[in-house]
Amino acid sequence: MGRYVFKLPDVGEGTAEAEIVAWYVVVGQAVDEDQPLLDVMTDKATVEMTSPVAGRVTEVIGGLGEMAAVGSPIVVLEVEGAGNASEAAAPSPQPAKEDARPVETAAVAPTSTPAPSKPAHSEPSAAAAKTPVFPERSEGEKPLASPAVRRRAEDLGIRLTFVSGSGPAGRILHEDLDAFVASGGQTALATATASAYAQRTAVEAIKVIGLRRKIAERMQDAKRRIPHFAYIEEVDMTELEELRAHLNATYKQRGKLTVLPFLMRALAQVLPDFPQINARFDDDAGVVHRHAAVHIGVATQTASGLIVPVVKHAETLDLWAAAAEVARLSVAARDNKATSEELSGSTITITSLGPLGGIATTPVINSPEVAILGPNKIIERPVVRHGQVVVRKMMNLSASFDHRVVDGYDAAEFIQRIKGLLEHPATLFID
Amino acid sequence: MTETIHTKLLILGGGPGGYVAGIRAGQLGIDTVLVEGDRLGGTCLIRGCIPSKAIIHAASRFNEMTKAAAPGGAHGVKLAAPPTLDLAETVKWKDGVVGKLNGGVSALLKRAKVRVVSGWGTFTDAKTCVVGEVTIKAEQVILAAGSVPAALPHIPFGEDVISSTEALDLKALPSRLVVIGAGYIGMELGIAFRKLGCEVTIVEAQDRILPLYDLALTKPVKTWLEKNGVVLHLATKAVGFEHGALKVNKVGDVLSLPADKLLVTVGRAPRTQGWGLETMGIDLDGRFIKVDDRCQTSMKGVYAIGDLVGEPMLEHKAATQGHIVAEIVAGQNRRFDPAAIAAVCFTEPEIVSAGLLPDDPGGSGDDVISAVFPFQANGRALSMAAGDDGGFVRVLARKRDHKVLGLQAVGQHVSELSGGFALALEMGAVLEDIAGTIHVHPTLTEATHEAALRALGHAIHL
Repeated sequence: MGRYVFKLPDVGEGTAEAEIVAWYVVVGQAVDEDQPLLDVMTDKATVEMTSPVAGRVTEVIGGLGEMAAVGSPIVVLEVEGAGNASEAAAPSPQPAKEDARPVETAAVAPTSTPAPSKPAHSEPSAAAAKTPVFPERSEGEKPLASPAVRRRAEDLGIRLTFVSGSGPAGRILHEDLDAFVASGGQTALATATASAYAQRTAVEAIKVIGLRRKIAERMQDAKRRIPHFAYIEEVDMTELEELRAHLNATYKQRGKLTVLPFLMRALAQVLPDFPQINARFDDDAGVVHRHAAVHIGVATQTASGLIVPVVKHAETLDLWAAAAEVARLSVAARDNKATSEELSGSTITITSLGPLGGIATTPVINSPEVAILGPNKIIERPVVRHGQVVVRKMMNLSASFDHRVVDGYDAAEFIQRIKGLLEHPATLFID
Repeated sequence: MTETIHTKLLILGGGPGGYVAGIRAGQLGIDTVLVEGDRLGGTCLIRGCIPSKAIIHAASRFNEMTKAAAPGGAHGVKLAAPPTLDLAETVKWKDGVVGKLNGGVSALLKRAKVRVVSGWGTFTDAKTCVVGEVTIKAEQVILAAGSVPAALPHIPFGEDVISSTEALDLKALPSRLVVIGAGYIGMELGIAFRKLGCEVTIVEAQDRILPLYDLALTKPVKTWLEKNGVVLHLATKAVGFEHGALKVNKVGDVLSLPADKLLVTVGRAPRTQGWGLETMGIDLDGRFIKVDDRCQTSMKGVYAIGDLVGEPMLEHKAATQGHIVAEIVAGQNRRFDPAAIAAVCFTEPEIVSAGLLPDDPGGSGDDVISAVFPFQANGRALSMAAGDDGGFVRVLARKRDHKVLGLQAVGQHVSELSGGFALALEMGAVLEDIAGTIHVHPTLTEATHEAALRALGHAIHL
């Protein structure tokens, strides 16, 4: 029986630390090789960490939302055989957070360096060391617990099926029940079926961690640093919509086009004339980087929150290529498979809520960019054309700009140019 | 004079399920009425466990004295003349024991402030029970009506055809007793009457005795029967009883077995008739009342416990359910979810079993360790002449984590091991737990310790 210390591997180039965003194991739990242990999140991606060995978890280091340095121990397992850390070689205190550049111990090195670990936790009890490794309950197996534990669980309204046991043979101890209660045991909360008019008193405390925390930080940062100004113009989309319908009917096999690729095309056309808008402002350095390439961030809603994959070099893509790239990236983003590369480097961002687009928005700039476009919904409206009231398909185009580096006049002209292209869609394709 | 009682809880039946529920409900401050048509105590106390154990005890003493009176005596104890038996006196003594316990139950219920209504209760709907002139209306009901001896349709009870109830109240010893059914009741009583000096013949339709247990566990009992001249007809069907003889069909041969008394012990049937169950709108599950793991029937607020709700039909199961249901009625969260219900046969020698048996699904194979420790190697067993009847303790454990799955024993006095067995299973013990517990010397419990050690590969005394 040995100890195996699982250290946080290098999860991406240049990553020094990662945030713990989900735990899948608890102390006492038996894990198989390749079983997920936890999720960590780096600047751009969430990565699932799986166990390199089979064993029983004796220690987990770091709570949800805490940062773990690459190379720092995060899980200690009790394994058959020698493990990778001997008690004798046990570790001097070395708090994970101080260890910001642990490049030499980065990989999961099964031998070599002594495992850094908190000594207070690293002594498995004598009993634990002697008992065999016990697997978890198999499907449908009754949980093992003494009558007193079972009775307490009944009193607490807890089904022991949901509680993992740390005792011999996976027996559920009073301590396990305590831990389950302390953890909030979400599954134990009785979902009473009350009347629709019953008073609701529940308050749920949700820790802001992971992607949500990232979003919160970035939004706060953008709003604090950037003096936004918004500009909203209406665009007659009637002709573009006709063209779009025609293209979709004629070139079915190329895939369906939404408005987005047209807007991307318009940006690619217009931005060379507005270099101050296709830019990233490093305000700490006081430098605006104007980009020739048009890398368009496309704000995408995922299950865990908003993320912004980037269509690189939109200027090189025709309508369908742009549509395909957007589709590919949004699937990758929703499946949590977008790479760090695919999630960074945009020079301007489009945020569209499609049919939910409302009549106007004041989008928050995706810092350090300096502009963001938010097309609103297309709706048939009566408008006056040549003295006649006619029905046209109208869309508002909302936009926000960083007023530090974009003047109102330039922004207005920029939007007017886009409007012109969209209202005369043939011009989108004129060099 | 008619009277209507309104109560929070009504319990039908004053057996071990009902009276325990009553006492516990009383402790919890629940206004409770208990209806009993006979004496308090139920089958167990009045005509089952307790009286049968009293008769078995007397029979064993008589048997030992008979041995001491034989030429050579028994371990140095010699009697000049064989003992004599006055069965009427024995039955009177037994009645004294029953009376004492019956009075005890009555006092306990009184102390718990449970109102006992004597008389035959009949339900007119799920919450209303009529007992003579008294009508009881209850918010919640516990049904604990128990069971009755099952009869053979072609050999009905009456005169010389008796059930266990009458067998425990015989005025005189029959010289020839035939027992139909080699389950635990038939075996216990058959062996007791053999010890008292009857000629005993046991007829069993299956090809073995005590079919609920495995062959290894029942072998010492079978050996005792053979040594002590009990005639056993296995794989034999009782055909009919007339002119003082039982006709049986044994693999095609028709035999006639003369009997002064014919004891029919072919099981027990839940008492689901005669008290208005049909008016209550309650679902059955086969011959039993259907309940969930809270003993709740299909009718809200009506619970059923004990023999009414299924196997095993054992006192301790009924009492546990009574206890739990009283707490449920008091608003607590309880479920009937035991790890094991141990069972004991007071045969010669005794059998005790808790948890999984080797013949049960999952009770054998590569995943299971089975280890036996014989009483032959146990000092205490030898010192009370209980080491030579083939008895042993057996432990079954899961190979991967050593969790104890089953504990059994056969041997004299092993019924008292049942508490330890049940405790081990309820606590979820692993072999190392039993091996690490110091067992007192010299006692039979050391055999349990040694069986666990042997399962771990290092028994000391073998």
